[in-house]
Amino acid sequence: MARIANRRQKIGGWVLIIVLAVITFVYLVPFLYIINTSFKPWTGIKEYPPKVIFKPSIGSFIRIFTSRTVYPPGEVPTEEEMARMKWYERIVYRETNEEVVRLGDLPRRYLNSIIICSISTIITVILGTITAYGFSRFKVRGKDDLLFFILSTRMLPPVVVVIPVFLMFRFLGLTDTHIGLILLYVAFNVSFAVWVLKGFIDEIPTEYEEAAMVDGYTRFQVFRKIVVPQATTGIAATAVFCFIFSWNEYAFAFLLSRKIAQTVPAWLPYQMGVLGYDWGAAAAGTFIFLVPVMVFTIILRKHLLRGITFGAIRK
Amino acid sequence: MSIFKRSKENRTRNGQVYYRPMRDITLLRLFIFPTIILLIVINVFPLFWSLFLSFSRYSAKMPNIWGKNPRMIGTANYSRILTDPDIWIRFITTAKYVVLSVGGEMILGFGLALLIFRSNFKGKGLITTLLVLPMTMSPVIVGLMWQLFYDPNWGSFNYLLGLGRIDWVSDPARNLYSIVIVDIWMWTPFVMLLSIAGLSAIPRYLYEAAEIDRASWWLKFWKITLPMVYPLLLVALIFRTIEAFKIFDLPMGIVGRGAVAPRLLALHLYNVSFVTWKTSYGSALGYIMLIIIIATTSIFIKYLKKAKQ
Repeated sequence: MARIANRRQKIGGWVLIIVLAVITFVYLVPFLYIINTSFKPWTGIKEYPPKVIFKPSIGSFIRIFTSRTVYPPGEVPTEEEMARMKWYERIVYRETNEEVVRLGDLPRRYLNSIIICSISTIITVILGTITAYGFSRFKVRGKDDLLFFILSTRMLPPVVVVIPVFLMFRFLGLTDTHIGLILLYVAFNVSFAVWVLKGFIDEIPTEYEEAAMVDGYTRFQVFRKIVVPQATTGIAATAVFCFIFSWNEYAFAFLLSRKIAQTVPAWLPYQMGVLGYDWGAAAAGTFIFLVPVMVFTIILRKHLLRGITFGAIRK
Repeated sequence: MSIFKRSKENRTRNGQVYYRPMRDITLLRLFIFPTIILLIVINVFPLFWSLFLSFSRYSAKMPNIWGKNPRMIGTANYSRILTDPDIWIRFITTAKYVVLSVGGEMILGFGLALLIFRSNFKGKGLITTLLVLPMTMSPVIVGLMWQLFYDPNWGSFNYLLGLGRIDWVSDPARNLYSIVIVDIWMWTPFVMLLSIAGLSAIPRYLYEAAEIDRASWWLKFWKITLPMVYPLLLVALIFRTIEAFKIFDLPMGIVGRGAVAPRLLALHLYNVSFVTWKTSYGSALGYIMLIIIIATTSIFIKYLKKAKQ
């Protein structure tokens, strides 16, 4: 009896593993499709039914990074010119018969995304850490109300706030500036940072701090030399979260940036027509944009639950 | 500025006054005020401005930078919105979207969590990590990705499912459902993560006791598992309902805000405010949405408090 039950359990376990593996694979199919498409050569992109195995090409990536013109009909580069071409120019020419004119719009948008997200993350985390420390270690009158107020600002739908923010930014001349978006992202992430970091700081025992204060440390020294080093993991996790949130932000970026400070999410979805429905390039752009977030998610996996519930659930 | 209690015990100890370079209360103010002030300037002030605009007639049209000054017209914007038969279609469409996507996520997410929690093998962590990948991605870029995936001519979606050339994106009869599918794809792992956390918190002795009583699998699930995970499922439900109700990025990425787009409230709000530039009408609509969100959340929170008892 026991042996049969045991064997049944074993088989059940294997079935479960296989089911889960299949589900995971099916789940990742859209990603695989995008990765697959972005490495397709020009002629393979619009093939139907889509091929899975082919000779990979990085032509799509070159196209999303560059601005090109088509060679006029009849005008073909000579052998000598071909030899002088750079490697990426040659790939573009062979695939789409185009000439690379200059760097495209993507690098700038990408740089904007990096600048805006990094600076806003740094400011958010500094503000979040000090505020969280204040709420965690001091008696504050109306603490719960203040914390709830901080949280509620995050729950507002951006579509409600975006109208007056738009008017305010236009009045202050902050539309389409890096500073404007940084300010906005700080304001929208700081509530998150305070809540999550308060959770992390609450977990640090106060004994060390008290001992240090008896030894003559000032409060600020205690904060800088004892609390911050102990909260490093929490601060790092919060920073990565804030970075991901601003990296992904769309509604504000779309509305408040046109060109100079435009980030990738506000730009990439509107390139389909511009690229002449160049699917390979769109897929390549998507791939490049998603990779950092994938890496960060994998780094964050232990703190993910805590992050997405604003520190409410600590596993 | 008396919202902070002065803690006297820090200043005097054993009757002696200690010298401190910075008093705690000063430090506390320095630590807390920047955040509060920033939030008031960027979040609270615009909110009140928006409330004011919603009771006025005002358009912030581009060439005319200031627009005409807002003129107070009382609740006319609100009554115009609520008597518009078209807006009810949008409310119903949005409600349909919320019910379908959140319902799907809850069922699939909880089911997946049960499967993962029951299984016990080395790759469990890897599978969980791979499954949560969609959740942290930019909805608009995920939308773009699915737009490519859905395409009737070159996309793989129809091909893989063995469907014909079905247009999932620009057919108004269908594209609401194609957005629902993507929403479910993106956020099922969220419910799954929360459910796994809930499942791991159930004490084992409950099941052992049930085992002694020879309770059936179904009874154990119904009497132990579900009630114990219920509070966390409710949290997931709150988060997802709010997010789905104000969904904007995802439809923008898949369908855009054009004529064929599904009639979702947030898309409508965007079109009203920034395409036809009816700023005050948009503000009023925004406020109606905000009130719905607050009402729904407080109902959920009431249930949550009851469940936690």
